[in-house]
Amino acid sequence: MEVLQLLISGISQGCVYGLIALGFVLIYKATEMVNFAQGDMMMLGAFIAYTFINILGFPFIWGLLATIAAMALVGVLIERIILRPMIGEPPFAVLMITIGLGFILRAVAGAVWGNDPKSITSPLAGGVVRFGDVAVGYENIAIIVGTILLCLALYLFFRFTRLGVAMQAASQNQLAAYYCGIPVKRVFSIIWALSAAIAATAGVLVAPITLIDPLMGFVGIKAFAAAIVGGFGSLQGAMAGGLLIGIVEQFAGLYLPTGFSDTSAYVILLLMLFVRPEGIFATMQKKKV
Amino acid sequence: MRFLFKTNYRQDVRLFKHNGQRFWYSLLLAGVLLAPLLMDEFYLGELALVYIYAIAGIGLMLLVGYTGLVSLGHAAFLAIGAYSHTWFLAHGWPFPLALLKASLITALVGAIVGLPAMRMTGIYLAIATLAFAVIVEQVIVHWESVTGGFRGMLVPQAQFLGLDLSGSTAFYFLCLFILLICLLLALNILRSPTGRAMTAVRDSEISAQSMGIHLARTKSIAFAISAGFTGLAGGLLAHKMGYLAPDAFTILISIQLLLMVVVGGLGSLHGVIYGAIFIGLLPQGIALMRDYLPPAVSQIPGLEPGIFGFIMILFLIYEPLGIYGRWLKIRQYFELFPLYRKSTHKRQKSYLRTERMR
Repeated sequence: MEVLQLLISGISQGCVYGLIALGFVLIYKATEMVNFAQGDMMMLGAFIAYTFINILGFPFIWGLLATIAAMALVGVLIERIILRPMIGEPPFAVLMITIGLGFILRAVAGAVWGNDPKSITSPLAGGVVRFGDVAVGYENIAIIVGTILLCLALYLFFRFTRLGVAMQAASQNQLAAYYCGIPVKRVFSIIWALSAAIAATAGVLVAPITLIDPLMGFVGIKAFAAAIVGGFGSLQGAMAGGLLIGIVEQFAGLYLPTGFSDTSAYVILLLMLFVRPEGIFATMQKKKV
Repeated sequence: MRFLFKTNYRQDVRLFKHNGQRFWYSLLLAGVLLAPLLMDEFYLGELALVYIYAIAGIGLMLLVGYTGLVSLGHAAFLAIGAYSHTWFLAHGWPFPLALLKASLITALVGAIVGLPAMRMTGIYLAIATLAFAVIVEQVIVHWESVTGGFRGMLVPQAQFLGLDLSGSTAFYFLCLFILLICLLLALNILRSPTGRAMTAVRDSEISAQSMGIHLARTKSIAFAISAGFTGLAGGLLAHKMGYLAPDAFTILISIQLLLMVVVGGLGSLHGVIYGAIFIGLLPQGIALMRDYLPPAVSQIPGLEPGIFGFIMILFLIYEPLGIYGRWLKIRQYFELFPLYRKSTHKRQKSYLRTERMR
């Protein structure tokens, strides 16, 4: 039973990593930029949700929707102000700029909301479902169900909508997409809004499990590992990588000496990079002249 | 404007291109040698710290600026250098040998980290080095018999041939001396075939390979050299800190080092020095600024990294060539006056074409 219990908590933790990794992958898929501040955007989303629900007293669902809208706006603003001038610059510069963005978001959150951990009052808190001996909290179920729904929606979006296909085109060849009449810049704005909205959802889903503080965004680094393990640029890969890392982490915490739980994500990442650098779901091909 | 008339291939590898450079560099050398007479102890210590940053920066610049490999894990090399230097000192090795061995060990670790770099580029490599840094941090915490774990490790006083090197003036000259050696080493590496190969790999891996450059070897060597320099800086930094603890070498330090080479100017050793001065003096500047700000603003936790991030963004958007690039432009403006055209330095944008097939 212990194993099953660990597995469930591993899956729900993995879903969190997967959700953040989804944000990475989305931006990468559409703009070929790597957003290192994704974890910090999740942090910001959680804080905004805290403001709406706990300070302004919105009902939970309306608070969630308002948060998603607010974060989408933040995403567009970030893209317009910081990343629009970086189109056409080397990827390294973009990586650095998002690292800087992460620092700024952390400082802003610390300035506005302070450094003490906060928690969001959620209608799901405290409830437990029992399957035999295994107890699963409502919040864990919410994370798993929310993740599945989001993944499905994203998959359908990229597969069947005009905008989704336009986004893929913009990522594969910016100039050619432009010539085909795709408004590449506007597509980039939309993708940042989408990714920020996903980060906000992840933040609200995680908030009942881990408290909210300005440093919670560091979980983003593990999510990054998840995205790479899954093969950067693949949505199902991001989820698979997140689940793998979440589950292994839980088991490493129980069966291996201390210290392994914290590093297991990175050990998996390094092993993966040694053995199969293109990830589980490979989307890359070797560069040809 | 100065025109160099080259009549000999050897002129291309000369350290000083013309007498003007010789004059200005000797003036600079005289200035830093006389600095202890003019400055009080606190600023001398800060200047020594700038030199240590510069040594680490040379290492990172060789990797990021000249070989084109981005590392987010250089704090780990700094930590390995610091810990191994301290360990050797504590076990009775003389100071120079301990420092040298620490540097060599770090270089060895760097070479091992560099091996998988053959298969990775860009973002993947950055993340792999980040993962490496996190693992090193955990190893330091848990390997208590060597590193002291969370209790930390006291750094013995630096002594050599009965000379006490821990006084601020002596330590200043020690750092200056090592920095000069490192600069000379780096310059020599860069004008040797190894250094040229590194630059070729940065500019285009495919064309470098077709010119007969062994990619894996070049990258691995670049990592080893880079780690060696950074380990050396780590050894000196250990003396500066006096007490080693695992939380002194976090990812923030790695990013600070990266910020240093970006702000200074990628792809030039001048940039390292400018960047080191910038990084070394910025905390002082922020501390000064705090006095003038209302307390509600100056007490913000994480203000310093926030300002770091802000400056990094400004530089990347408006001056990707860093302080050194800006200086070159200003100089050219006056050299060409009144014919300078802004579009001379227009950045070429390259629009992306992915290698992803799905």
